[in-house]
Amino acid sequence: MKLWKSLLAGAAAAVALAAAPLATTAANAADQTRIALVVKGLGIGFFEAANKGAEEAAKELGDVEIIYTGPTDTTAEGQIEVINALIAQKVDAIAISANDKDALVPALKKAMDRGITVISWDSGVAPEGRAMQLNPSSTPLIGNMIIKLAADNLPDGGDVAVLSASATATNQNAWIAAMKQVMPNYPNINLVATVYGDDLSDKSYREAQGLMQSYPDLKAIIAPTSVGIVAAAQAVEDAGKVGEINVTGLGLPSEMAGHVESGASKSFAIWNPIDLGYSATMIAYNLAKGKATAEPGAEIPMGRMGSVKLDENTEGAMADPFVYDKSNIEQFKSIF
Amino acid sequence: MADRLLRSREMILAVAIGAMILLISLRFPAFAEPANLGRVFNDTAILVMLALGQMAVILTKSIDLSVAANLALNGMVVAMLNSAFPGIPIPALILLAILLGAALGAVNGLMVWKLDIPPIVATLGTLTIYRGLIFVVSGGAWVNAHEMSPAFKDLPRAALGLPALSWIALGVIGLAWLLYTRTATGRAFHAVGGNANAAVYAGIDTGRTRFAAYVLSGAIAGLCGYLWVARYAVAYVDIAGGFELDVIAACVIGGVSIAGGIGSVAGAVLGALFLGVIKNALPVVNISPFWQLAISGSAIIIAVAFNARAERRKGRVILRTAEHRA
Repeated sequence: MKLWKSLLAGAAAAVALAAAPLATTAANAADQTRIALVVKGLGIGFFEAANKGAEEAAKELGDVEIIYTGPTDTTAEGQIEVINALIAQKVDAIAISANDKDALVPALKKAMDRGITVISWDSGVAPEGRAMQLNPSSTPLIGNMIIKLAADNLPDGGDVAVLSASATATNQNAWIAAMKQVMPNYPNINLVATVYGDDLSDKSYREAQGLMQSYPDLKAIIAPTSVGIVAAAQAVEDAGKVGEINVTGLGLPSEMAGHVESGASKSFAIWNPIDLGYSATMIAYNLAKGKATAEPGAEIPMGRMGSVKLDENTEGAMADPFVYDKSNIEQFKSIF
Repeated sequence: MADRLLRSREMILAVAIGAMILLISLRFPAFAEPANLGRVFNDTAILVMLALGQMAVILTKSIDLSVAANLALNGMVVAMLNSAFPGIPIPALILLAILLGAALGAVNGLMVWKLDIPPIVATLGTLTIYRGLIFVVSGGAWVNAHEMSPAFKDLPRAALGLPALSWIALGVIGLAWLLYTRTATGRAFHAVGGNANAAVYAGIDTGRTRFAAYVLSGAIAGLCGYLWVARYAVAYVDIAGGFELDVIAACVIGGVSIAGGIGSVAGAVLGALFLGVIKNALPVVNISPFWQLAISGSAIIIAVAFNARAERRKGRVILRTAEHRA
């Protein structure tokens, strides 16, 4: 118990020390709008890329200083320390990707009470702790994207199958349901089966093999899960069916680079962290400057990404998932 | 002799597998084709090898819950080495995986042997520790297909009639048969679990034998770690999550007694193949995923119930009647 307390005290001191240099640099930039991009944890490629987007937005806006910060471990406690430090520095806006939906609310409320604009992006905060939440995409957009990826490579149509995570996975089921809703827009595409690989590489691999055996005319496997898409691509490569069957869906560029190179996957999608950081910064700026208000139904401009429309929970979706293929995989595979 | 062979557990299991393949082929004819059966064997190869290692441990009345975590840790280590130093020859990496696996198995063995920790507790602990270590060494990052060298990924796929993965499994089966039936160590595994007191009187060091069983199980897990990662061309923290239960189920279905002392190489291999056939059949016979889980589970319970009946000890009955006679 004692050990824990001293450890915690040590961690708090470390955070305070880490925050101190920020405070000094901030003092000499009083005329600038200071936007803090708070991430789940430092040293994560996805968030480093988001910071790149935020810097791009800052350059475009001119009078913005980005404070990229976050805890060294992905905990809510660490983020609370960071938020308190930012309140002390009197930043103009906080854009946060939260480690915990509810635990951060009191600290963020305190920030809002002091006149700081607070928005959440990527991983959201409960409505009372932020002005708005920016989702990378939305269920209908993702559902449409995964079928479109398959259809774009099948000009003459054909059979496609879905390889999902577990049969009870909420995200995947919502995306697949949204995909089925827009299927009538792709009349030549025929969905023959939905199978479940449980996000286990061996089971996903076996399910992909089973699909190829059961449906000899299969043209595409859609896997809206990062474990499944990699396993399916490997199964297609091992079966010697590269070029016959296209594996697509949602995956990470670093994990899919080899399979794009081999041709097993022509293209796949996932949100683009650079765009996400860019949009979050643009929104935070517009709200902090009073150029827009975050209320249900409002449209907030986000520079080159267009604008985001807020729903009744003041949440908005940024854009379609970003498509990765041979042309850009090299650039992104080292980012996330 | 012929009668005994026909009624042996191995024979019954083989017939059950044959019947199952027949049933599946009624619904999906291509399943029984030799090429597909070869694919099923190849897919089950890793399970077969792990079951043969686990069998040594179970024979000595212990259990190794850490096999899958051991496999995953070794897989991650060799994958990271390969991606950082593509120049290291693959045989060296395989040897390293086997040695590291054996060392991790030895940790289990020492705890059971020298510290007298119950096997289920010791290996439950190392299961968690090894999984945690994967996170520590990898930082949670994946090693992906494009980071592995082509030679690393191609070895299990190299085909000489059958893929190399299958040949390796066949080699391990052969070696295991020699070990369990033709060496003193192999017989000691049976003796220690069958009757520890009698084994001590026969001059067998039960602790050391258990230790050897854990080292064997660990070494095989190490080898399978490389094969797994190379086959699926990806390494991450959760690979082979929960696979230890499949391995133990394969042993139990194959007639390896959880109470120790009883089990054969053919049984363990057939037990693994039984599970392998089910796993490969379910995707092609088009059954709801929820039913798939129920079917896999029922198959295990039926097989175990069957074994438990066949296993009823006759030894004690004989002793009791002998007492009465005296």
